[in-house]
Amino acid sequence: MANQTNDDKPQEPQQGSEGIPAPEGAANLIDTDYVIGQDNITASPMGIDVDLHGKVFIFSSIVILLFVILTLALQDQMEPIFNATFTFLTTKLSWVFLLGANVFVILALVLIFTPMGKVRIGGANATPDFGYAGWFAMLFAAGMGIGLMFYGVSEPLGHYGTAMGGITMGEDGLRTDWAPLGGAEGDQQAAISLGMAATIFHWGLHPWGAYAIVGLSLAIFAFNKGLPLTMRSIFYPILGERIWGWPGHVIDILAVFATLFGLTTSLGLGATQAAGGLNYLFGIPAGNTTLVLLILGITIVALGSIMLGVDKGVQRLSQLNMGLALLLLVFVIAVGPTLMIATGVLENLLGYVKNLPALSMPFGREDANFSQGWTAFYWAWWIAWSPFVGMFIARVSRGRTVREFLIAVLVVPTLASVVWMTAFGTTAIDQVVSSGITEVQDAALELQLFTMLEYLPLTAITSFVGIVLVIVFFVTSSDSGSLVIDSITAGGKVDAPKPQRIFWALIEGALAIALLLGGGLAALQTAALTTGLPFTIVLLVGCYAIVKGLMSEPKAK
Amino acid sequence: MYRKIMVPVDLAHLRVIEPALETVADLAKHYDAEVCYVGITANTPGSVARTPEEFTQKLEAFAQKRAEVHGQPVSTHTIVSPDPIADLDDDLIEAIDKVGADLVVMPTHPPKHLDVIMPSHGGKVATHTTASVFLVRPGAGD
Repeated sequence: MANQTNDDKPQEPQQGSEGIPAPEGAANLIDTDYVIGQDNITASPMGIDVDLHGKVFIFSSIVILLFVILTLALQDQMEPIFNATFTFLTTKLSWVFLLGANVFVILALVLIFTPMGKVRIGGANATPDFGYAGWFAMLFAAGMGIGLMFYGVSEPLGHYGTAMGGITMGEDGLRTDWAPLGGAEGDQQAAISLGMAATIFHWGLHPWGAYAIVGLSLAIFAFNKGLPLTMRSIFYPILGERIWGWPGHVIDILAVFATLFGLTTSLGLGATQAAGGLNYLFGIPAGNTTLVLLILGITIVALGSIMLGVDKGVQRLSQLNMGLALLLLVFVIAVGPTLMIATGVLENLLGYVKNLPALSMPFGREDANFSQGWTAFYWAWWIAWSPFVGMFIARVSRGRTVREFLIAVLVVPTLASVVWMTAFGTTAIDQVVSSGITEVQDAALELQLFTMLEYLPLTAITSFVGIVLVIVFFVTSSDSGSLVIDSITAGGKVDAPKPQRIFWALIEGALAIALLLGGGLAALQTAALTTGLPFTIVLLVGCYAIVKGLMSEPKAK
Repeated sequence: MYRKIMVPVDLAHLRVIEPALETVADLAKHYDAEVCYVGITANTPGSVARTPEEFTQKLEAFAQKRAEVHGQPVSTHTIVSPDPIADLDDDLIEAIDKVGADLVVMPTHPPKHLDVIMPSHGGKVATHTTASVFLVRPGAGD
């Protein structure tokens, strides 16, 4: 049985294994007899070419169809089941998520400083496929984008409010408040500081740590070890050749499930939110017609983007997105409490670092509502998203060193989140504290950003930019998601026929519409989030695989 | 009349492009032209090769085998793309200038309704280059 070679001295370019030349420059290819695509089915029904991994495609289709039908038909029965499962995970098993996420962050941070950081993805002499601007824009747009639009205002406000409220005890001696840690009753400055730290905590190192682990392990095992770009490849150091069989199929099917339902449900729910915004701003009725039209519009633009490909479609849209987001950010900083935001960035960063150990503590938490209801919920969310984001990140990161990769995927986005949350959070909190404006706090979650913008100048323009951003962020998630699902169901091929990626983009739109009209979006989203648990295990394996994989790689010079 | 013929080849589907390869062999002999075989590969591991370098090796080996058939000088050019399916047309058009070809011979499928949404690669290349383009249908000469 072929096995991973772990020579300390990997051969120079020529021989990686059995006559297969190593990637550009020295790297250590895994010796396997598996030919990518050997389990694929190729056919040409009605003149449309397909090239699919038989088992992964068929079984993930069946699972997806089954879940959609069950949810649509037995909505009242299924929803409680999904909810109960998820609640069980985030309450009883919250420590698994918190502990796992800490492991991801620590490993990613440590790797930056070790000699392993010098390994180059794609071989010692590989050159990057994308420039810094495009690369970073794609990382960010796929990674969180949309969330920043909805939570940038509401989360700082929310945590500030609960922190101010302080601790309340129920009759059973358990805390009933939602304040982070011990709260900061009546102490405005401390409450702001804690609220911002808690927000940044949820949008900082930990989500990106999960993405970095998936992205890095996949990138190393695809570009340096020569395995297909699918989730199963991470398991090679543990399962060896067995990853080509059912254990591998199950991992890939789970990844398709999480990605498709994650995307579909956020497309459906996001359309509801975008329609809410349109209604609020322009009085457009937020009925089913608007929702369906929005989903259709997003799907069509996403289709155009994937037809144009990663380089000309996804990259450009992501850059457009970054440009608009930057514009909005600069605007809010300029017309908001500029000085407070400027000093706030450093203060919040310090507050984040200071509170980090307590906030990320997996055991003995007294703030159960916060650590389970917020943190564990978010961690499940990020981890369920990580196969999709990580795989996409891996695909566009060839040619970067491990150190460069980790700084760009972990440190830079965290700093960007700090700036974004500080700008939007400080402005919103300042409106409450200094001007006594309460409308923002009282508004529905998806409208809080727009309500805040209303109290700033040029509302018409900024709100419009806001709504465009929300929609384009959906497109950039949808197109990169379709590419990821297509390549998993094609057994790791990224050059499967074009109609396949079109198929997935259409399925996403169609399912979102079906679930929107038939009900069950929230229920299925919960179902998708429950994959956070198995993927926490997958990611822990990923940590092991990264170390094992990097140890056998030559360092870039 | 023609000095260098560029032939885009899909190493995963050699059987399908056989008619095009025969056409190239005859044309090359007739015009005493050099043949440049161009292959496009994803930067991720794929079915033909697990690294771009392995792909280049296989393309080179393929070109040498074709040289034995037609006896004309051969060369190769490998295109590595992050998204070959989407970038194929543009990359091929760029490659025509890069390798300095004055004739492109490439296999294509018969026209179909789907072409409105997804134009054939051959058709797209032909409309965007100054070089002559010869599209060979599958089963040509049968």
